[in-house]
Amino acid sequence: MLVHIEVNGRATEQEVEDRTLLVHYLRDTLGLTGTNVGCDTTSCGACTVLLDGESVKSCTVLAAQADGHAVTTVEGLSTDGELHPVQRAFREQHGLQCGFCTPGMMMATVSLLDENPKPSRQEVRDALEGNLCRCTGYHNIVSAVIDASGQEVGG
Amino acid sequence: MSVMGTRVVRFEDQKLITSGGTYVDDLREKSLSGAAHAVFVRSPMAHARISGIDVSAAREAPGVVGVYTAADLDLGPQGEGPTAEPWLAVDVVRYVGEPVALVLTEQRYQLADAAELVDVDYDPLPAVISFDDAIAGDTLLFPGTDSNVVQTHGGPFDDATFDGCEVVVTHTINNQRVAPAPLETRGASCVWGADGRLTTWLSTQNAQIGRGQLAGGLGVEPSIVRVIAPDVGGGFGAKIGAPSEAILLAWAARKLGRGVRWIESRGENLTAMTHGRAQRQMITIGGRRDGTVEAFRLDVQQDMGAYPRAAFLPTLTELMASGVYHFPKIEAASTAIVTNTTPIAAYRGAGRPEATAAVERAMDLFAAEIGMDPAEVRRVNFIRPEEFPFTTQSGANYDTGEYESALDKVLAAARYPELRAEQARRRANDDVVALGIGVSTYVEITGGDGGGESGRVDINADGSVTAYTGSSPHGQGLSTTFVMLLSDRLGIPMDKIKVRHGDTDEVPKAIGTFGSRSLQLGGSAVAQAADQVIERARELAADILEASPDDVELNLESGSWQVRGAEAAGSVSWASVAERAGDDEPLSADVWFGEGSPTFPFGAHVAVVKVDTQTGKVRVTRLVAADDAGPVVNPLTFRGQRHGGLAQGIGQALLEIMDYDDDGNPVTATLADYSFITATELPDFELVESVTPTSRNLLGVKGIGEAATIGSTPAVQSAVVDALAHLGVRHVDMPATPQRVWQAINDAREAV
Repeated sequence: MLVHIEVNGRATEQEVEDRTLLVHYLRDTLGLTGTNVGCDTTSCGACTVLLDGESVKSCTVLAAQADGHAVTTVEGLSTDGELHPVQRAFREQHGLQCGFCTPGMMMATVSLLDENPKPSRQEVRDALEGNLCRCTGYHNIVSAVIDASGQEVGG
Repeated sequence: MSVMGTRVVRFEDQKLITSGGTYVDDLREKSLSGAAHAVFVRSPMAHARISGIDVSAAREAPGVVGVYTAADLDLGPQGEGPTAEPWLAVDVVRYVGEPVALVLTEQRYQLADAAELVDVDYDPLPAVISFDDAIAGDTLLFPGTDSNVVQTHGGPFDDATFDGCEVVVTHTINNQRVAPAPLETRGASCVWGADGRLTTWLSTQNAQIGRGQLAGGLGVEPSIVRVIAPDVGGGFGAKIGAPSEAILLAWAARKLGRGVRWIESRGENLTAMTHGRAQRQMITIGGRRDGTVEAFRLDVQQDMGAYPRAAFLPTLTELMASGVYHFPKIEAASTAIVTNTTPIAAYRGAGRPEATAAVERAMDLFAAEIGMDPAEVRRVNFIRPEEFPFTTQSGANYDTGEYESALDKVLAAARYPELRAEQARRRANDDVVALGIGVSTYVEITGGDGGGESGRVDINADGSVTAYTGSSPHGQGLSTTFVMLLSDRLGIPMDKIKVRHGDTDEVPKAIGTFGSRSLQLGGSAVAQAADQVIERARELAADILEASPDDVELNLESGSWQVRGAEAAGSVSWASVAERAGDDEPLSADVWFGEGSPTFPFGAHVAVVKVDTQTGKVRVTRLVAADDAGPVVNPLTFRGQRHGGLAQGIGQALLEIMDYDDDGNPVTATLADYSFITATELPDFELVESVTPTSRNLLGVKGIGEAATIGSTPAVQSAVVDALAHLGVRHVDMPATPQRVWQAINDAREAV
């Protein structure tokens, strides 16, 4: 089927197999490999992107379901070479190590801060439960989210 | 001012936070365009005879370019002896996840459809899952053997070991099987060039070891194999070298005459990537009522899974059996068995967490028996600072340690007496939420493999630096760390230094990253190379300055060479020195740092948990950790390594288990079932600093990659038991899930 999806502000139009997952549309059809796949069960969140501004796990969305909608991936986070506050905070707070969960984690963070601009550390922990990280122990991810929200990072 | 010890934000991050890393499945190399996609058909049975495989339907499926079984392979054997592992299963499958066939298709989405058409007839055999069944040996995994015991070491024990002890406590404890679960699963891409060389991009911690395995498996010279580790999404010991799948992919690429790419699914990863831990330990501890331990015995049973791949694990546990303690008598032995489960190999800590868990549990059981505070019992038995270097009875030669000081620091930071007072209050009030405090003290071994590491430093014509390291970072931030080391030594700004790694053509000789070896060995290697470059540069600068080399010095502030005491007379830049060196003998040093011997990081952790005694639910509320690995290069990444280690250690204590039913079906083979620890289950970590250098390498450093995993697991487990001590609970096996905790409470109540 033919899908029209706006990706990172750019209109895309591609013929895809009906069963094509959004994550594979992004990675394989468009070549946007920043979004990763870490599991088969919608558990890990590595594939998190924004669909019309809200976070979704793109391994559980068909490209067909995104037809006519707007998707933002990690590649679309910075504007004119200027890092997004979430990107800056993840780097500054060492919120990433191997980087595999990072694109999904940052997209989930953007969505979280949109809903809750000044979260507490525990609220961040609860909100990011669906995004797994094996490297950081989450401590610095929480700090990065707090930093990105403009709040003071304690400890 | 030196950058050493300052907080430097990682150079690695820019790419990772903008376009994302280039992991193996992200490669869009020209040479891989048109590559076939690969999937392995894996056994759904734990133990079965293969009575037939029909691949005819699969071969006819849309897009299929190849279907191969063991019968098609013309590779030499993968191993020797009766327990040798086949490349693809021959006649018998021995664990769920064992590869049986390889399917290759034009398109990724065709893989699953075609793989389903591979028709394998399995005749079930009895599955050997438990330690007891394996040892009983009613069913043997391998023909030509008379036992499922594949290795024994140490022992026999002396019947008189515990004679004269006022108190002797013995217990059997489990250090359960867990999944390393790096967020990036395993993957590889292979292509043979027109020049007859194989290039393999591999998600690995050790490209050079992988090259050796690929060459050996394919029966070709290592020189025709190039392995490239692209960005690697975590390893945790489970991506050491090349998996057998990579050799099969390279074989198929050669057979098909086209590139092949493979990324495994998470379901495959949780059954076919190796697991870790999987020990049953019989611990016996004896001593006096004043807290002095007089003898400790550790009898390890190691589940190796279906094929014995990691003989070193149980013996490393034996080596570290006595931990931080000065026990007069120590006995350790191990028995390794095979079962119809996924093979066991290294996982963050690899043998040392098991040793620490055993001795720390023993100390707590002993403390409970004599009615002494667990922190005090440890204090009585520590090896003292003045005793170093200290050789343990099991043969480990500890370098340096300040064990009591580390314990004092965490107890102070945790405000231990206040915690004990709150615990007492809750108990007095019959609070349903019990407070538990767990203390662990540990020592581990890093760089314990006895190998060295390579390092090369080139000063480029423009005065910039390109360094090549045999270490193979995959999240640790070592590029930044090594840039700091080099900038500090050479006086060259950090942004002019690049670190390269993970390509066997660029770094032909290396061991790579595991066992927390990289800073002490890889770091020492690049530092030593830098020192050699400096010595040669001194001669060259002296030549330019028309001075004696003895009078020429490197000004680290300005990054230039000058005559000592005559700075006004002018200076010479690194670029000029490099130019003077010329193209024939460029300014470069390539070293193998082989003299570094193992080091012994140590630390102390305090965990605080709240346990709901009605539901068994445990919540870790605090984790205070001192992890001493000597001088710190970059506190940012040093702390990051500790955070990650703490989470994995806590995960094992409370949540994670790779579990099987009696028939050998894995019941935690998805991330929906496997309790991978999440942000919401963890507290903010409280890190306490402690710095005790070693003299065993150029930098005075020890490894930090695994330390916090090793210390945190027993601290949390002890805290859970401690919370329930007043109810009569003395032990809860890991993971301390609500069901197990509730059961332990109930069992204790019923026993009263």
